[in-house]
Amino acid sequence: MNQFRTMLLAGATAVAVAGASAGAFAEDLKEVQMLHWWTSGGEAAALAVLKDQMAKEGYAWKDVPVAGGGGEGAMTTLKAMVAAGNPPTASQILGYFALDYAEAGKLGDITSLAQKEGWDKVVPTALQKFTTTDGKWDAVPVNIHSVNWIWINKAVMEKIGGTEPKTFDDFIALLDKAKAAGVVPLALGGQPWQEATTFDSVVASTGGIDFYKKAFIDLDESALTSDTMKKAFDNLAKLRDYTDPNYAGRDWNLATAMVIKGDALVQVMGDWAKGEFRAANKEAGKDFLCYRFPGTDGDVIYNTDMFAMFDVSSDRKAAQLALADATMSPAFQSAFNVIKGSVPARMDVPDTDFDMCGKKGMADVKAANASGKFVGSLAQNYAQPPAVAAAYHDVVTKFFHGEIKTSDDAVKELAAALSAAK
Amino acid sequence: MKISLVGSATMDRAQPASLRAKAQAWLPRIVLAPSFVLVLIFVYGFNLWTFFLSFTNSKAFATTRLVGLANYQRLWDWTFASDPPSNWHTALVNMAVFGLLYVVLCLALGLLLAILLDQKIRGEGILRPIYLYPLALSFIVTGTAWKLFLDPRIGLEKAVHDWGWTSFHFDWVVTPSKMIYCVAIAGIWQSSGFVMAMFLAGLRGVDGEIIKAAQIDGASTFATYRRIIIPMMRPVFLSAIIILTHLAIKSYDLVLSVTGKNPGGAAELPSTFMYSFTFTRNQMAVGSTSAVIMLMTIAAIMVPYLYSELRQKRS
Amino acid sequence: MTSLDPAVAQREPTRHSTVTRVVIYGLLVLFAVVYILPLGVMVMTSLKPLDEVTGGNMFALPQALTFDPWVQAWSAARIGVSETAGIHGYFLNSIKMVVPAVLISTLLGALNGFVLTKWRFPGHNLVFGMMLFACFIPFQSIIIPMAVILGNLGTFGNHLRDLTGYSFGFGNPIVNLVLVHVVYGLGFTTLFFRNYYEVFPTELVKAAMVDGASFFQIFRRVMLPNSMPIVIVTVIYQFTNIWNDFLFGSTFAAGDSAPMTVALNNLVNTSTGIVEYNVNMAAAIIAAAPTLIVYIVAGRYFVRGLMAGAVKG
Repeated sequence: MNQFRTMLLAGATAVAVAGASAGAFAEDLKEVQMLHWWTSGGEAAALAVLKDQMAKEGYAWKDVPVAGGGGEGAMTTLKAMVAAGNPPTASQILGYFALDYAEAGKLGDITSLAQKEGWDKVVPTALQKFTTTDGKWDAVPVNIHSVNWIWINKAVMEKIGGTEPKTFDDFIALLDKAKAAGVVPLALGGQPWQEATTFDSVVASTGGIDFYKKAFIDLDESALTSDTMKKAFDNLAKLRDYTDPNYAGRDWNLATAMVIKGDALVQVMGDWAKGEFRAANKEAGKDFLCYRFPGTDGDVIYNTDMFAMFDVSSDRKAAQLALADATMSPAFQSAFNVIKGSVPARMDVPDTDFDMCGKKGMADVKAANASGKFVGSLAQNYAQPPAVAAAYHDVVTKFFHGEIKTSDDAVKELAAALSAAK
Repeated sequence: MKISLVGSATMDRAQPASLRAKAQAWLPRIVLAPSFVLVLIFVYGFNLWTFFLSFTNSKAFATTRLVGLANYQRLWDWTFASDPPSNWHTALVNMAVFGLLYVVLCLALGLLLAILLDQKIRGEGILRPIYLYPLALSFIVTGTAWKLFLDPRIGLEKAVHDWGWTSFHFDWVVTPSKMIYCVAIAGIWQSSGFVMAMFLAGLRGVDGEIIKAAQIDGASTFATYRRIIIPMMRPVFLSAIIILTHLAIKSYDLVLSVTGKNPGGAAELPSTFMYSFTFTRNQMAVGSTSAVIMLMTIAAIMVPYLYSELRQKRS
Repeated sequence: MTSLDPAVAQREPTRHSTVTRVVIYGLLVLFAVVYILPLGVMVMTSLKPLDEVTGGNMFALPQALTFDPWVQAWSAARIGVSETAGIHGYFLNSIKMVVPAVLISTLLGALNGFVLTKWRFPGHNLVFGMMLFACFIPFQSIIIPMAVILGNLGTFGNHLRDLTGYSFGFGNPIVNLVLVHVVYGLGFTTLFFRNYYEVFPTELVKAAMVDGASFFQIFRRVMLPNSMPIVIVTVIYQFTNIWNDFLFGSTFAAGDSAPMTVALNNLVNTSTGIVEYNVNMAAAIIAAAPTLIVYIVAGRYFVRGLMAGAVKG
């Protein structure tokens, strides 16, 4: 009888209760709202360093985590938040996405802080393309990862009597040795981005860093369809022969686990893999070895995690500046990157706390920046806008999984796909 | 003296046709209006907006710069003129394969289970929730469970190996061409119980007299079902097909959690295509175009079907 | 053909004899095993320590039974760097969102169904068809426009707060989610109720009208008391869909107000570190618990409700 009234009352009460608990979503002054996708143990521990630093300065931390590998879910949430006029204080972001937001006028301006601290002198020039728009700073780089590394289980390496491979042919010989010894030579996860990341290194190795620049940064058609590129695809196919049959769809950290355990000899992966080794309490030089991808020593094919600073209301700007400042502080850069496996985004941080791989990485960045060998990874969205990078992923993964059958077809597809996506 | 049911207010002779009566006449429409308006804005309005976007050059954000039919041209090429097949082509093929398998097998399985359960079974109280519960799980949970189950290293294949049958192979989930079938398996497992419940309810509503009459006529059980009972289930088919189609279109989370981010692009579906082009690749216009095409395809199938079913009611 | 022989007529029921019965039961049990298997594996995996999961057979019973994964999932596992550990806080968010959304969309669906069947007006089939078509909208395409509208509502709420000190819920993420789910649930709830009321005896309504009852009085006194079966069906269906939604939750309410599906995704979908399958399974089962309970407890009413005409006509 009174169902209708009861229902209505219940509904209204529920909405009222929900409304009454309307949190101060963005009104507090001493609060930092951070969108990111660092949800796993190790990454969260690294981010917690920043949170603690902010807490020391009296800022509360409002975490907005949206998990999902390359940040797809997080970027959707970010788009929705910005569209709603409710941007977070800062968001983890990848280069070109930041440029898009800057172009649309959605980012804030932290140039005053940048100038005061002299960031333009300590951040590699190539990175500043992403952190500044028309000379205005609107994002801070947190770290520099590079993708052209290989990670080797030391025990397995010694068992098969292997040595550091300096060229691609050395690498193949080493993989053969592993195969003969009965371990999985190459641990790979068959997902588009992993295959493409590996291909970045293969291209730089096969044709040199200048060829990489011509093909992937300049998108030069003759480079993309050249014999060198065909050879690169052939080399990628060769590498595929050294994986185990279950590689398709495997997450990258599971592939790293194979190397950590000793089931596989080597993984081609960016230096975030080091975070995995660290989390498993493995020590560089003792349990695992890190080398540049054979043929790319001296090159740094980078990607970086950045925090984009959004155009927020004036009562939130102080917190935002504090966040930017804390992120760029040498102390934070050192602590964070030691845990994460990457190297600091500022070139003037002392390398005392870093292990041997980190030290080498930092030295490489300085040298490569000076000699023009510091280039963005196409696979990781730092050489071209996401549309082009995704087209690149498409072609590489199709080739890897056999839908594109020959290297000739592959280079044609590559050139076509990349130009169509521009 | 006219007692009419259709919204008119003059029921009671004693009451004059007053303002109150007029208000009563319009009240039903006023009650329906908010819902209808909400649907108009949030469904049709947004669809129109998406339609508009498909003619623009939107990348990361919506712009109003028109480019005519360029996006449609691009998708056309990707459907018919790309070799190797583009992601869009794969998505369309997968949608057809997955959609057909999903809807048809869910209907078949649901119907079969309902018929079986309808045979005066003991233990129905236990069996029915077992078939029904998978729908309670979200797509993420379903995908997580099935990914574990189908994983050759730690799932079914390994279990069977441990039991001795070492040549058993079930690595579909890591074989690009077979991935979509794994998604279909997980999806059918999830939804067929719901269809079963719908058919069970429908079967129980069938008049026993009709069946008795058929049996007296000498019809076999099989023929009774085929000729009489199943055709009587038409309304159930309508609701089931609507719900299943809706679920098939919505299956974005399921695909990603079963296949682990779609290696080789082999498990692409229009929903994943739309999402990745709109949000990950910052090509909102292409994403919108694919959404429009999807919607038109569904409309082409659903609208005639709905029309014919609803029409019958009137007569 | 027609046989009046009583012996034959009597034999018909027994033809459903042992062989057929065995086949029927056999099939049913086989299917039951197939259906319950994934859940069984999930439960067993959630009770094993991690090395048993990765090293052992997924069908094997736990050797070293442990409830630690459950504790982890509920209250200890880190989800991002927020203070809230585990998924229990987000559980509450989901409840705050689901209950109003289900109640409101069910109520609206009932009213709509009532209007569409008992108060026919010209074009009612078209209106129904249009609302039905709303079931098929691809959710990805509505995210940005919806975000814009929700943003405007939030600004409006801020104005209200400046004026009256109270924002009436505008801009609150949970309220936003309720709005979104109500709007996109209208198609289904209207479908269910409309089908049910279509076969509802119109004489009862007519009689009430003759007695002088108003629209709402008829609804409250005649329709609702007799609608329990379909109300249950609708509530179950809506509850399941809204509870399990991920896309809207992660896009419009990420952060502290996130529903539990988002937290579950953050837990399960980590891109680094060891994959703790057992904790993931425990979290997934916790996430599914309310809907599972609803289905198991109310399952019988569900079928009864469907029987009472939800899917007919």
